[in-house]
Amino acid sequence: MKKELKLMKGNEALAEAAILAGCDAYFGYPITPQSEVLEYLSNEATARTGMVVLQAESEVASINMVYGAAGTGKRVMTSSSSPGMSLMQEGISYIACAEVPCLLVNVQRGGPGLGTIQPGQADYFQAVKGGGHGDYKVITLAPSTVQEMVDFVGEGFDLAFKYRNPVMILTDGALGQMMEKVLLPEQKPRKTEFESWGSTGKPANRERNIIYTLSLQADVMEKWNQRLQAKYRQIENELVRSEMIDCEDADFVLVAYGLVARICQKAAHLAAEKGIKVGVFRPITLYPFPYADLNKLADNVKGFMSVEMNAGQMVEDVRLGVNGKKPVEFHGRQGGIIPSPEEILAKLEEKLVGELV
Amino acid sequence: MNEKTMTAEDDLHFEQMIAEESVCTKENLVYEKPETLTDATMHYCPGCGHGVAHRIIAEVIDELDIQKDTVGVAPVGCSVLAYNYLNIDMNGAAHGRAAAVATGIKRVLPDKYVFSYQGDGDLAAIGTGETIHACNRGENILIIFINNGIYGMTGGQMAPTTLPGMKSTTSPFGRDVATMGNPLKITELVAQLPGTYFVTRTAVNSPVNVRKAKAAIKKSFEYQKLNKGLCFVEIVTNCPSNWKMTPVQSNKWLEENMLPYYPLGDIKKPSN
Amino acid sequence: MAKVKGDIIIDIDKCKGCELCAAACPQESLELSRKLNSKGYHYIVKIEDNCTGCTNCAMVCPDGIIKVYRKTEKKKEQVATITNVTGDITVTVNS
Repeated sequence: MKKELKLMKGNEALAEAAILAGCDAYFGYPITPQSEVLEYLSNEATARTGMVVLQAESEVASINMVYGAAGTGKRVMTSSSSPGMSLMQEGISYIACAEVPCLLVNVQRGGPGLGTIQPGQADYFQAVKGGGHGDYKVITLAPSTVQEMVDFVGEGFDLAFKYRNPVMILTDGALGQMMEKVLLPEQKPRKTEFESWGSTGKPANRERNIIYTLSLQADVMEKWNQRLQAKYRQIENELVRSEMIDCEDADFVLVAYGLVARICQKAAHLAAEKGIKVGVFRPITLYPFPYADLNKLADNVKGFMSVEMNAGQMVEDVRLGVNGKKPVEFHGRQGGIIPSPEEILAKLEEKLVGELV
Repeated sequence: MNEKTMTAEDDLHFEQMIAEESVCTKENLVYEKPETLTDATMHYCPGCGHGVAHRIIAEVIDELDIQKDTVGVAPVGCSVLAYNYLNIDMNGAAHGRAAAVATGIKRVLPDKYVFSYQGDGDLAAIGTGETIHACNRGENILIIFINNGIYGMTGGQMAPTTLPGMKSTTSPFGRDVATMGNPLKITELVAQLPGTYFVTRTAVNSPVNVRKAKAAIKKSFEYQKLNKGLCFVEIVTNCPSNWKMTPVQSNKWLEENMLPYYPLGDIKKPSN
Repeated sequence: MAKVKGDIIIDIDKCKGCELCAAACPQESLELSRKLNSKGYHYIVKIEDNCTGCTNCAMVCPDGIIKVYRKTEKKKEQVATITNVTGDITVTVNS
């Protein structure tokens, strides 16, 4: 079957991808800059595949509806933006502990507090270091194009079920609003089989399934944690993904995720015009973070600069990856400002090129 | 030839024979605990109404034969471990969120019987938003609201339903309406929403009330099968430990103090 | 009039001594034992033999540990008077 090529807005493409991925239920709440996801789904999803689309009364309610539905083994998702994502953190901790699969989307905006409606990347810590309580990890995918916004939905669901873990697409308001051409996948059928672990009604031939997260005994909880940690080590071994652009003979490497990685590519082109060899390292999985790839790259370059739309979050992981081998600088903009390629190059020259030559 | 007549003595002997024969036979069994109630010893305090509430839910599930089609949602509170006592698939929700969790389950499994079981803090404090909106949407679920006017699991703090003047660890001089507000009659509130189909208040302090509470739960599951809307069954119950009374005293206190404030009966009768 | 005879079996090791059954029993035939069960609770015992199997105790028991039995006996009615015996009479008791 032919895949369809369309010009679409990021949020709408993501919603379309959800329908095509055979999503069973979406529970969400309006918040700028991602309300189009809920609106798009409210319009046509149920008519096309019968999936549930429900506008909940809050993000707290949304994530708990996701938790309930995910516990039945269905393909369930929600989306929000930074302040709403904060409200979901408790629910995400429960989902991760109970090991039920779900897809989360954070279309980041400037923060903290109510912040701005312009794009941001300041929820990196929240996403990958665990914004909720306890030791857990959310598989985090960072798209940098509208195409990746589409691709990561189907992949995200697959990963969520494979590892029985929440998966997050960490994107931003600019990607959510921009229009690009996308190749849409084929329609995947909705789930008809129950998962063996799902709370779907106990038939006589099995023990009851309980989706829960409590233990009254510390030793039981520790074993539970160890099981989760073992899973995370497996994820770290199997899922790391990154992209290196022109890094083979680069002197300096810009490290950035999502939208900013594309801006850095332009900055690299401008650098080349000035005779400075700059590559771009783009982590695609933010958890699991590509520490080893960065570490290897550090052998061949003079320095790194992490560029982010925050006050310095991913740079900490970059430093961990580089592990002291080479200098790691940082340039960031906050509050919803998007850095320009010229400014990135200027900062690179100021912080790294000038210092080291 | 043996001539034998039934004398009065023989008669008496005959009676005695019948009397001494044990009554406890299989044919004479009129009540035992329901199958859907597990054999686990419930951790609830002696005399706590949670045990009775769990038991009657299990009885209804057995009688309607819906064990394989029922999914329950447990709250945070004393009954956080309800899933240890009911032999059905269950989800343990975050504090206050059971109505949202139940909504999620019912929306993706519309043919199953879905219920939430929540205490007064879970349902009417932290969970008020989720409770009201599930009721407002008319989710086809049953919400069982266990109201004992106090926070049991965390050691006896004031609840939204604590009575005026009632002492708790956070209202040590008695609930002061001026600074702490009146008890929240959430049941009456949700009854006003068109999405609720059947709203009733019961108790389990006496055999008569236990039977009525069970009947309310049974009816609610039957209404759920007919997609009538949200059924809300409040069970006013005791907390002997935190009320600092014996179980028998606590039921008496309940009759004298809780029931006048939270009167039993249908607050919203089914409309059709 | 039928005579009702009931009985209950209590799982004494699961009894928590809450006495709600005793309060609900219309026959006032339940009381706490002086002894303790394996959990350390005084448990409920029958002190009278007048159980009617009404199930009130089981209804209010929070731990579901009471099994209730009930047997309804027909009171023996005189249906005939033997006035003239001319041969052997064999009496068989149905068990």
